[in-house]
Amino acid sequence: MAIEKEKLIDMYRVMVRIRTFENRVYKEFAAGNIPGFVHLYAGEEAIATGACANLRLDDYITSTHRGHGHLIAKGGKTDRMMAELYGKKTGYNKGKGGSMHIADVESGILGADAIVAAGIPIAGGAALSAKMRGTDQVTLCFFGDGACNTTRFHEGVNLASIWKLPIVYVIENNVYAETTSVSYAMNIPNIADRAVAYGIPGVTVDGNDVLAVYEAVGEAVARARRGEGPTLVEGKTCRHYGHYEGDTQTYRTKQEFEECYKRDPIPRFRKKLVKMGVLTEKEADKIHQEVEEEIDRAVKFAEESPFPEPRETLEDVYT
Amino acid sequence: MKEITYQKAINEAIDEEMKRDPSIFIIGEDIGKHWGGSLGELMGLFDKYGAERVRETPISETAILGGAIGAAATGMRPIAYLYFDDFLGVCGDELINQLQMKYMYGGKTKLPLTITAYTGAGLSAAHQHSKSLFGWLMTISGLKIVAPSTAYDAKGLLKSAIREDNPVIFLEHKVLLLSRSTSQIPEEEYTIPLGKADIKREGSDVTVVAIALMVHRALAAAGKLQEKGISLEVIDPRSLVPLDKQTIINSVKKTGKLVIMDEEPKIGSAAGEISAVVAEEAFDFLDAPIKRVCAPDTPIPFSPVLEKFWMPDEEDLIKAVTEIM
Repeated sequence: MAIEKEKLIDMYRVMVRIRTFENRVYKEFAAGNIPGFVHLYAGEEAIATGACANLRLDDYITSTHRGHGHLIAKGGKTDRMMAELYGKKTGYNKGKGGSMHIADVESGILGADAIVAAGIPIAGGAALSAKMRGTDQVTLCFFGDGACNTTRFHEGVNLASIWKLPIVYVIENNVYAETTSVSYAMNIPNIADRAVAYGIPGVTVDGNDVLAVYEAVGEAVARARRGEGPTLVEGKTCRHYGHYEGDTQTYRTKQEFEECYKRDPIPRFRKKLVKMGVLTEKEADKIHQEVEEEIDRAVKFAEESPFPEPRETLEDVYT
Repeated sequence: MKEITYQKAINEAIDEEMKRDPSIFIIGEDIGKHWGGSLGELMGLFDKYGAERVRETPISETAILGGAIGAAATGMRPIAYLYFDDFLGVCGDELINQLQMKYMYGGKTKLPLTITAYTGAGLSAAHQHSKSLFGWLMTISGLKIVAPSTAYDAKGLLKSAIREDNPVIFLEHKVLLLSRSTSQIPEEEYTIPLGKADIKREGSDVTVVAIALMVHRALAAAGKLQEKGISLEVIDPRSLVPLDKQTIINSVKKTGKLVIMDEEPKIGSAAGEISAVVAEEAFDFLDAPIKRVCAPDTPIPFSPVLEKFWMPDEEDLIKAVTEIM
């Protein structure tokens, strides 16, 4: 697969940006600077990055409660995201959404959603809209293994399949739906096998290999753009943090964590890029340094931004 | 002027709007050429606009309403046909968690989306096909609620609902949809703004706020009470959100008495909310306790005898009015 050097470096930078953002959110949340709930994406960066690297600005994504990575990969700005997490007026949602609802419709981010699987029908609607308006926009719909056992998965995927909607379902199988393991919740080894039931392609890839994700989603996006309908792409991954910050994770063994860290997609991709001669170690370090500085600026922006006026509570209910 | 049924009014409203705006489409079950909607109100639209814009779905309420939300957020103007309002529970998440997208996103999107659903009892359709959910729906912020009682109102309000840039649920009473009675409407195009009540009958002794089918029962009761020298003013709010408080309060200022007639169990009903509004904002003008003529706090029974007992009727209203005279 021939991918331009700049694209590879950009993908690495996006992964580092997500990780650095999440590690910082972890710290600021623990320090009491971020209200509400947060669900961190660290460990799963290869999926959002590899998937969104196939998209144009005018393509759509729908995201989940664990959505920071999707938004960054689709081009969300870390300062406005951080400001939203802090509940500030300068945040993407003017402080009305928070971590679980960040949206930037202008860059195709139709929003994170705190209800598991709720994005599936909505993504179908966006894809239907693109089709009816005669564009070739594609909608990429992210959700986890937990969502695959809900009504909305069946209704949404079935409808998209009969209408051949331009949509790619990206299943992030991170092994747990909250505390419930996928092996308990499903009787099949690969979720993408469910594609057979809808007469659409399904593919399972190593979700910690950004290039494998890029390639699989790339094929699915091309298929969707050609008007040939939806695809299920499952990436197998694992989360570095708990379901939410505060989760004691008694359901995960020490060995599981060790195996998860061993599969960490970022050092793995870095090693590959260095081996391919795309990046030197020094250049890679520089990316980390630059991203650290960016996230420092994002936190500063969030800290220094004003809170919304209390009366803004009453605005934006209706147009 | 022309004579038109409630059913035809709905058909004409959607037809005229679809003709005017190509971004409008209908999405739902059994809306195509075979049935044209379960009660036939969409008949002919499939032949006229085709499968692309009269988009039949499998039985998938979450995909219908969720899909309509996604389409509305990205440049289309869908009409989500949800069949019976009893089925709204199936897509409850979309109603209570997703329709609020605009607010949650800090105002950065709009959701020009109309939901249509049948409401009300009277067909012996039992508990799962007979409910009125006005009060329940009124708790859903960001959702406008329309429940017309006449063909004239249905047409003008549905056109306005479709043109709204906000989610609107348009509730069609089944008894009215199947009624052969007609009302006069203009030949030329008209719309009726949401949030404007209509005084269906002027009177001086008691204000009666009645919703949907209950408007007709209130008017029948008003005729009977007139013979006894009691004059009812019958107000049809037409939309429950936004609610035209002023028209109701102005009437209460004149009559000093309020009865609300609402075809749903009393607890948590729209009647309760309207009653609270008047108690809060016009208490000093009341000469008697506010009365609510509602259904009992039970599920809806099947047998015609039981259903008749369950539904508020003109005798119930006459009794309530007599109590406060």
